Amino acid sequence: MTATRCPEPTPTHAAASSAGIGASTLRPDGILKVTGEFAYSSDLWHEDMLWGHTLRSPHAHAEIRGIDVTEAVRMPGVHAVLTHDDLPAATHYGLEFADQPVLAKDRVRFHGEPVAFVAADHPETARRAAAKIKVAYAPLPPVTDEASATGPDAVLIHPGRHDHRSDAVPHPNIVHHQPVIRGDDGAWAAAKARADVVVAADYEVGMQDQAFLGPESGLAVPAEDGGIDLYIATQWLHVDRQQLAPVLGLPEEKVRLTLSGVGGAFGAREDMSMQAPACLLAMHTGRPVKMVYNRYESFFGHVHRHPAKLHYEHGATKDGEILYVEYRIVLDGGAYASSSASVVGNAASLGAGPYDIPHVRGEALALYTNNPPCGAMRGFGAVQACFAYEAQLDKLAAKLGMDRVELRRRNAVGEGSLMPTGQEIDQPAPVAELLRRVKALPLPPERDGGWGRAAAGEDVDVRSLPGGLSNTSHGEGIRRGVGYAVGIKNVGYSEGFDDYSTAKVRLEAVAGEPVVLVHTAMAEVGQGGVTVHAQIARTELGVDRVTIHPADTQVGSAGSTSACRQTYMTGGAVKHTCELVREELLRRGRERLAHRHPAWLAGVELVLESGKVCTHDGEPIADLVEVLGEEPIEIEAEFHHRPTEPFHPRTGQGAGHVQYSFCAHRAVVEVDTDLGLVKVVELAAAQDVGKALNPLSVVGQIHGGSTQGLGLALMEEIQVSADGALIRNPSFTDYLIPTILDTPPMPVDILELADGNAPYGLRGVGEAPTLSSTPAVMSAIRDATGLALDRVPLRPEHIAGHVSG
Amino acid sequence: MDFLRPATWDEALAAKAGRPDAVPLSGGTDIMVEINFDHRRPDALLDLNRIADLREHTREGDGSGAPYIRVGAAVPYSTIVEHLHGPLPALALASHTVASPQIRNRGGVGGNLGTASPAGDAHPALLAADAVVEAESAERGVRLVPIDDFYTGVKRNCLAPDELIRAVRVPVADGPQQFSKVGTRNAMVIAVCAFSVALHPRSGRVRTGIGSAAPTPVRARAAEDFLAGVLAEERAWQRRGALPPSAVREFADLVSGAASPIDDVRGTGDYRRHALRVMARRTLAWVWDEYRDGHGDGYEDGEGAGACA
Repeated sequence: MTATRCPEPTPTHAAASSAGIGASTLRPDGILKVTGEFAYSSDLWHEDMLWGHTLRSPHAHAEIRGIDVTEAVRMPGVHAVLTHDDLPAATHYGLEFADQPVLAKDRVRFHGEPVAFVAADHPETARRAAAKIKVAYAPLPPVTDEASATGPDAVLIHPGRHDHRSDAVPHPNIVHHQPVIRGDDGAWAAAKARADVVVAADYEVGMQDQAFLGPESGLAVPAEDGGIDLYIATQWLHVDRQQLAPVLGLPEEKVRLTLSGVGGAFGAREDMSMQAPACLLAMHTGRPVKMVYNRYESFFGHVHRHPAKLHYEHGATKDGEILYVEYRIVLDGGAYASSSASVVGNAASLGAGPYDIPHVRGEALALYTNNPPCGAMRGFGAVQACFAYEAQLDKLAAKLGMDRVELRRRNAVGEGSLMPTGQEIDQPAPVAELLRRVKALPLPPERDGGWGRAAAGEDVDVRSLPGGLSNTSHGEGIRRGVGYAVGIKNVGYSEGFDDYSTAKVRLEAVAGEPVVLVHTAMAEVGQGGVTVHAQIARTELGVDRVTIHPADTQVGSAGSTSACRQTYMTGGAVKHTCELVREELLRRGRERLAHRHPAWLAGVELVLESGKVCTHDGEPIADLVEVLGEEPIEIEAEFHHRPTEPFHPRTGQGAGHVQYSFCAHRAVVEVDTDLGLVKVVELAAAQDVGKALNPLSVVGQIHGGSTQGLGLALMEEIQVSADGALIRNPSFTDYLIPTILDTPPMPVDILELADGNAPYGLRGVGEAPTLSSTPAVMSAIRDATGLALDRVPLRPEHIAGHVSG
Repeated sequence: MDFLRPATWDEALAAKAGRPDAVPLSGGTDIMVEINFDHRRPDALLDLNRIADLREHTREGDGSGAPYIRVGAAVPYSTIVEHLHGPLPALALASHTVASPQIRNRGGVGGNLGTASPAGDAHPALLAADAVVEAESAERGVRLVPIDDFYTGVKRNCLAPDELIRAVRVPVADGPQQFSKVGTRNAMVIAVCAFSVALHPRSGRVRTGIGSAAPTPVRARAAEDFLAGVLAEERAWQRRGALPPSAVREFADLVSGAASPIDDVRGTGDYRRHALRVMARRTLAWVWDEYRDGHGDGYEDGEGAGACA
């Protein structure tokens, strides 16, 4: 049998020993990806393998009256057809609530819900066999919004629901509800009475998709011990295994996962997709089974960002001191819980933004509906809130006649401020400084004499105008606008969850050279862990040759590649374990070589540099290889962040977050006010990253996050039919993501103010820029058009015909 | 599925006559997507990629006084952008808005015509330029179909089952032409709606094309007639003066009125009407300014227009 093509260890030989933390070492997979050579999970292949396919519901809400698989089973080349009744063990799974059926039984709750799995010897055969399965549906009216979910006659999405939130929620169709109350009732009334200026408005955020480029895919291989090996693109190997093992009826140790090439994630790989079907089909047939979603199926195969309806009210004195904020954030979680409850916790606790506001009455909730399930996406509940509170700040500034940035700076949190949850920000929080920096940047030049000359017939490069190559304007109708926004995001898992990470580090001598092998279960989804872990190992152990072992479940959990946490947590685990390896090495040195140099026993700090043990002032006292001897040092250890607390169910009080992350943006746009088309001219960011372990990767994260936020502002939306809860645009033809022509120059200003609690003082990077980018772009369009623009994504018709001369 | 690979045009015609159900395949930018998604399962594919003639473009008809470019059905959009922007400005502008560089290297006008989607980018430019489609069958030979008669319904055209598109004859521009398309992204976007206008000073005519705003690509005939009338009346072809703003407005309203757009996932019908009005106003200003400034001197002069009047 030909071996499975599986991930190879990644050598990360640095060009120089200086490639420790703080260096912009290049990704080992960068050239492979750019040249198309990188092996993604969709490239997996195994001799004798079958192809799996999922039959999905065409209805958002229906009873299943019967399933007839006769014709499908009879098709030549078909090896298995599974329905709910064929499931061998647990029938439901989920990240936080086990409410999602592996296969629907008597009811489907969203458009695209899996109803049957097919395995065949060709993917097309599997697809055609699935089409021959006859499912008798009796469509039901879908629950689509808050009114239909919580009204008096609301149909329950999960009747008889019993989970850790069900007792506390105001209605069974509410997944989770989290109030946040700061200040007592008397003070609240007084603050409202004192306000000279009040701004209140409703906002709406559409359903964004993660739109990763490598669709869901993997390969399940049945093993001789009755277990299964799954090669998979995911964000968290161990949580997949934790959900899979009960479904397969196997003990966890017989479910072995190995990370395969991941083509992006952004939250969409936190929930399982084809993991269970591929394994079930492989166990059923005794053959390896590969599954690859195509782009269409991918839109049904993962959760999306929660669409939201938000109401905000801010009151301020005439001097611009914000006295109170009141907010209500309604997130549509769709048919299954996924990570909705945690998204609610974020939206509620971060809903006031990075502002020190003494009186807060906030709440967030997520609904169960028959819309597509929503869960994790970059920004995780903080994105929706940031769009709304930053729009509010713009309106408040306008009403006060104050500069938009000045109003924000005057109310910004800083180190020592209290969040509305009562948690003190005990780390640098340079919100005002970030705003100052983006504002101080020189503005991109306007065209000489403006666009009028272009319109008057001078040559113009349409690519620099709204509409781009579509040639809609030569300068007519163009107005420039500048906008600002800032946001706050938590780093790591919150509310009392211990999302520890694990690293195994092996130091040995190979051909007289010291070599380090770093083994973690961290999912490399593009964030750059493979680079950073090697840099950390070089820094801590003074060894150039560092190899990153493929991530798998043969080592302890790394936690999820989510919540900006991997450099902090798995980077922290690598650092911590390297420190233990160093201690062991120095112990051996003291034991074996103390007679050679007095420094060994002098109680002074010894450091490892360039393959040598050195005194603190740089004097080499021994070769690392000599100290090590014949026997390698291998240590596996866990790293935990400081504990957090749950939020109080009625007041939201509690030190719920590990760390906060801040980014500010300035957007410059040009808007074709007649056609409603937008060109973002520049999108500048300033962000505090604590410590940039790899500055190039940090800038890449900020560029990527900013662009994804720009996409939410201007184009990215899964459209769901209002009556039928059906996805209308499951393709890249009609779900638009920014092209390079939509992506402006993005100057980045990086601050490094260390957080004393974090490894190297670092701060999670990837999400904060996604928050503030969207409202900054919208703020700039407001500046250009004078319109309120309370919804994202913006559509051309929201501007066209509405702008006064 | 049968895969037919004729080596010559005559073999292709014979194959199509023998298998009228065979779906012609050239760049594959449309049909391969449909097949990959299993939206369509043709019994046979007729691969035209071996026929080099289909990728040729030639200038013809100079002796007749009505020169045209004969654009082979498989001439890729990138070639049209690079080599034909002089004689065929609207088609070149439209070609530049097609999808991505990779797709522009594969796709050609023959595919746009064969699919006849109202959102095809080439259609408005072909309508405005007064193109003629060269359809051919083994039995009846070449049939020249004026573009006005080509589109018969949503994704339908007038080709007979045994016919293939060999080329499209696009008159060499005798005046300024423009093309404009609205999409909610600045590149690689399918049209929300599109508009093209061509001035034909030699005949004193104005032609237009509208895309993605009716069941088929359509002309705004009332707008064309109105503008041609104004230009003749004002002797504007000869005087090259400014257009009266009221005439520009009326033209734009008539263009908008010629559309019958629907609400769909890409935009609302109301927005499409509005956008057509804006594009009509702007593109008319661009072509007329170009004509006035004498940038049109490279084209045939407008004296014939006087005769028409």
